[in-house]
Amino acid sequence: MSMDRRQFLKIAGISSILGLGASVANATHPIWVKGLDPSQVEPNKDALNAKKWAMVVDMSKFKTDEDFKKTIKACHLTHNVPDFRNPDGTVNKKFEVKWIWQTSYERAFPGQENRYMEEHLKDMPFLVLCNHCENPPCVRVCPTKATFKLPNGITMQDMHRCIGCRFCMAACPYGARSFNWIDPRKAVNPETENKEYPTRTIGVVEKCTFCTERLQSGKMPACVEAAPKGGLTFGDVEDPNSEVRKIVTTKLTIRRKPELGTGPQIYYLIGGGDHA
Amino acid sequence: MLEKAFEGGRKYWIWILFLGAVALVGVYYYLQQFTYGLGITGMHRDVSWGLYIGQFTFLVGVAASAVMLVIPFYLHDYKTFSKIVILGEFLAISAVTMCILFIMADMGQPMRVMNVVLHPTPNSVMFWDFLVLSGYLVLNVLIGWVTLGSDKKGVPPPKWIKPLIYLSIPWAFSIHTVTAFLYAGLPGRHFWLSAIMAARFLASAFAGGPALLIILSMIVRNISKFDPGKEAIQAVGKIVAYAMFANIFFLGLEFFTAFYSSIPGHTSPFKYLYMGLEGHSELVPLMWTSTVLAAVSLLFLIFPATRKNEKSLVIACVMLFISLWIDKGFGLIVGGFVPNPFEEVHTYWPTMPEALITVGVWSIGFLILSMLYKIAVSVREQTAGVEIEH
Repeated sequence: MSMDRRQFLKIAGISSILGLGASVANATHPIWVKGLDPSQVEPNKDALNAKKWAMVVDMSKFKTDEDFKKTIKACHLTHNVPDFRNPDGTVNKKFEVKWIWQTSYERAFPGQENRYMEEHLKDMPFLVLCNHCENPPCVRVCPTKATFKLPNGITMQDMHRCIGCRFCMAACPYGARSFNWIDPRKAVNPETENKEYPTRTIGVVEKCTFCTERLQSGKMPACVEAAPKGGLTFGDVEDPNSEVRKIVTTKLTIRRKPELGTGPQIYYLIGGGDHA
Repeated sequence: MLEKAFEGGRKYWIWILFLGAVALVGVYYYLQQFTYGLGITGMHRDVSWGLYIGQFTFLVGVAASAVMLVIPFYLHDYKTFSKIVILGEFLAISAVTMCILFIMADMGQPMRVMNVVLHPTPNSVMFWDFLVLSGYLVLNVLIGWVTLGSDKKGVPPPKWIKPLIYLSIPWAFSIHTVTAFLYAGLPGRHFWLSAIMAARFLASAFAGGPALLIILSMIVRNISKFDPGKEAIQAVGKIVAYAMFANIFFLGLEFFTAFYSSIPGHTSPFKYLYMGLEGHSELVPLMWTSTVLAAVSLLFLIFPATRKNEKSLVIACVMLFISLWIDKGFGLIVGGFVPNPFEEVHTYWPTMPEALITVGVWSIGFLILSMLYKIAVSVREQTAGVEIEH
């Protein structure tokens, strides 16, 4: 079918008012034209694939504040995560959006601390992010399938389908999800904006995607690249020869709230140090 | 019959215009929210639902409570309720409409609401809630309109409406059960993760809704010639008493499980709401107001002297309604989010625009209710004294 840009926008505009945006977009996308099936489109040969992506976090490798900052910044800049600030430069907690961040042992693993523990242990910094659960409550509750599981284990989401009901935020036991309470584009620095990754609209939920878009072009997640060597190990936990699998099989690792049955895929290495 | 809603006296029109004006204030602030975002409210990352969802939850209960009149009248042929039952059905219409408006007000992308239909997701409780609420609205509009229409003509209602009336009974239970399941199936939200949640919801609904109906019946009787009947009001009073007792009993069960087991995740939200947690006691006065009002209203309802006296009955109903509104329309939602998954306490309080949008939705609800009641009252004034068949 032939239509120029003007016509397309006209139809897309009208149909999105009617809530038919997605179907029109599908119909005009090249892969839907003239019976071309998605399977006939060749995937990127360099793409990284896995049966189930997982991550091991070795906190012993994160030695300085800078190690944390660098890792977090890499993620947030790659994904244009809005950085809301108060006039005095501190983080605006009300509108805060975060994909990966630093918290204390006591907060990441509530109930695991004991009263005799020294303060520096309770306050020991931990990196937290979406756990890409095997059985994710957020996917279960989403009324539009805007958040869903990919065959490679990633808990993904479609920010164009999200209606902003925030059921997933109530359901996530890890506080991994953020909502765009106000226009996120105002809090993305135009100088550092990554033009290859979309910015978001107001009123949708977002979170870590394990860098799905980078894996597709053969790159490791941004945080993994930026972290100190051995700090974040990323790989296919179903592959017996993967580094991730070797660690979770042979070392003592803990996960956040495993008793809830969500099957979190972020493993925290205890003791750490010499595995890698 | 619709014309009756537009044939009112001066006082009626002042009331309608007043509600319309308040609704417009709400609409104005909603437009602000629409452009600025939900950041205009007091909600944040850690308490991501607030007043809107609380009102929604509370009003689903009010809507479901119509069944407390439908069961005695249609299943048990309890004729005393013949006049009051239409007030319950019309209250349900207004309440469900408010529920839908509150959901819309709470959505980040309201223009995408049809995605729920375009991508039906049976594993999401919200999908089912969408279905049962729309179904309940249709049922009540149909039943209320058809039965009142027949009444106007002085003929018995058509036979085909009977199965729909019977269907509306389990349907009413379903709307509040499904609404409770929105909360009761979430891992990691200990305050909500309770098997008794749906039962609690139904008990509080069957207390709060009929209590509101008693208040409304008294008002209708005072400003029109339509009298739902002293005996009917007394019977509803007994229903409120039993339901309120069940509600308080169920809440007590929650307290027992939380505090006897002493599991911190279960006790923390209760401590936050009723005692304060980590220096945050903002909601404590509110929750104790709710508790005291609940206790006093129950005593009023239990003792025959205060229940049979219509003045003290209506005071009890007002106290009970406020108590449940605080408990379910506010405390229940905030308590589920505090402390957060990191066991940090982040508090929530609605902002002025959020409160005004909320008041605006209530005004729209009362506007619909006033017009529907106007119709019902006009029809009933004409057919006064005629036995209503069913």
